[in-house]
Amino acid sequence: MVSIAEPVVKPAPRYRFLLDRRDVLGGVLVAPAILYVLLLVGLPFLLAVYYSVSAYTIYDPSWRFVGLSNFRQIVQNPVFQDTLANTFLFTFGSQFLGLVLGKFGALLLLRQFPGRKIVRALIILPWAVPIALATVAWEWMFDSLYSVINWSLISLGVITRSDAPNWLGNPHLAMLCVIVVNAWRFFPFAIVIFLAGMTSIPQDVIDAATVDGAGFWRRNYQIVLPMILPIVAVGLIFGIVFTFTDLSVVFLLTKGGPVNATSVLGFEGFQVGIVSGDVSHGAAISLFMLPVLFFVVIGMLHFIRRREI
Amino acid sequence: MRRAVLNAASDGAFYGAVAIFVVLTAFPFYWMLITSLKSNPDLYNVANTPFWFNETPTLEHFRYLFEQTLFARWLLNSLIIGLCVVAITLAAAVPAGYSLARMTGRNGEALGIGIFLTYLVPPTLLFLPLSRVVASLGLQNSMWSLVLVYPTFTIPFCTWLLMGFFKAMPVEIEEAAIVDGCSLFGAFVRMVLPLSIPAILTVVIFTFTLTLQEFVYALTFISTSAQKPVTLGVATDLVRGDIFFWGEIMAGALIASIPVAIAYNLFLDRFISGITGGAVK
Repeated sequence: MVSIAEPVVKPAPRYRFLLDRRDVLGGVLVAPAILYVLLLVGLPFLLAVYYSVSAYTIYDPSWRFVGLSNFRQIVQNPVFQDTLANTFLFTFGSQFLGLVLGKFGALLLLRQFPGRKIVRALIILPWAVPIALATVAWEWMFDSLYSVINWSLISLGVITRSDAPNWLGNPHLAMLCVIVVNAWRFFPFAIVIFLAGMTSIPQDVIDAATVDGAGFWRRNYQIVLPMILPIVAVGLIFGIVFTFTDLSVVFLLTKGGPVNATSVLGFEGFQVGIVSGDVSHGAAISLFMLPVLFFVVIGMLHFIRRREI
Repeated sequence: MRRAVLNAASDGAFYGAVAIFVVLTAFPFYWMLITSLKSNPDLYNVANTPFWFNETPTLEHFRYLFEQTLFARWLLNSLIIGLCVVAITLAAAVPAGYSLARMTGRNGEALGIGIFLTYLVPPTLLFLPLSRVVASLGLQNSMWSLVLVYPTFTIPFCTWLLMGFFKAMPVEIEEAAIVDGCSLFGAFVRMVLPLSIPAILTVVIFTFTLTLQEFVYALTFISTSAQKPVTLGVATDLVRGDIFFWGEIMAGALIASIPVAIAYNLFLDRFISGITGGAVK
């Protein structure tokens, strides 16, 4: 480690002298942030792990160690098995839909046209506005009686009022609804990520490829895609983490129903751990997110470090 | 001639596609607006055209919201929570971002990535232990629990954002100040901070919007109506029994959404470069 010599030496109080050393000052400045994170993220995380192997509930806060029995009970519970499957369906369904819409939207916004700034501002809305507020607007649009979607379908003559779908009351439709709302919330984010990637590619690279005889598809898949891959991967990782662990959309739209058809890990952990007060089982359910988070973190590290190459 | 027709057709398709996207993203907000201005007999009649007013528009829902509900209190709570979290975040993240940016070798980088990764630890994993921590501090059912907990995601995010910014600032600025007789710390306070006002402003805006967007911790920790932040209050507190006050809910959602939407659009580009961490050079 190279230590940097002080250019000016002058008599000063001892603390002052210490603060003039780069390593000491650096440590002092970074300490509050690290302490905050260690105390309120690191420690609670370890606590969550311990809860999951204990018999802790709100009514009986005992720290008795019970090994993996919580996990065994959870895995055998059919509700949990459905929840796990739902979580994957919810995550990958909405991310896929979001990416397709995002790529398409980015292609549109790449072109300059009058009013582009306003269009971009409107397209970014779903991602900017607090998701809980947007979700209640969707809940109102999916209303069993006054749904604007049903009204439109009825007036277009697609369906009749008697067989109008009950969006949030039918298990399959409810799953479709939470996926659509979540994709709706994330695709503007995908658009700006794609846009950031595409606009960062120097035009001369594209020109050079064109001169060398590369056509549209070849330019797209062999030049553009590899170049924007790191940035798209980082965006996708964010999307996966925040969808896989989401609670708000499901909580507000369907409350996990009808009959657990849309229950996801975050929601189930909340129901068991907070609403029912069974902290240990709730913690164990939440910890099932860890393997996915682990792979995601590895991917994140990989792509963050790639910028150095 | 044929070419001109083709061009017009492709332009038409292009603007058509743009229009579809705009309707897709903006319609729920139009829906909030129109619902909040409709009278109840207009709202709850399946025969009415829902897209426009069938009876005279009214501000009744807004009046009810401010006079008969705790909405104003929720707005105030959100403001207090946001300001406190901004203060805590700045106090921790500005020095940390600077320090990590100037650390020699790969240590700063590794530590920075470590802090940033904690941003990815989800609330739905931490809410159980944190709710016990909050309870043991006597903060359950109090908005101060959110002031304590929100910095756990704003500090990592803002440290990362500021680290990138400080890295781009030439180190010669501090060296010049030190040659002129400043201490190292003095150079940071007198030279670096004044030059960082734009970055700090970005961090202030984003911290504030992140606190407004948060829902999970607020839902977990707070059940007393008077302590709720606006997002939670509007989403959960305007339902009496089975009856949804749709006019009031949409009015409240609209009011709380507007400032966040404006802030995001103003600072979007900085946010993107921060979140991708310069993954593309």
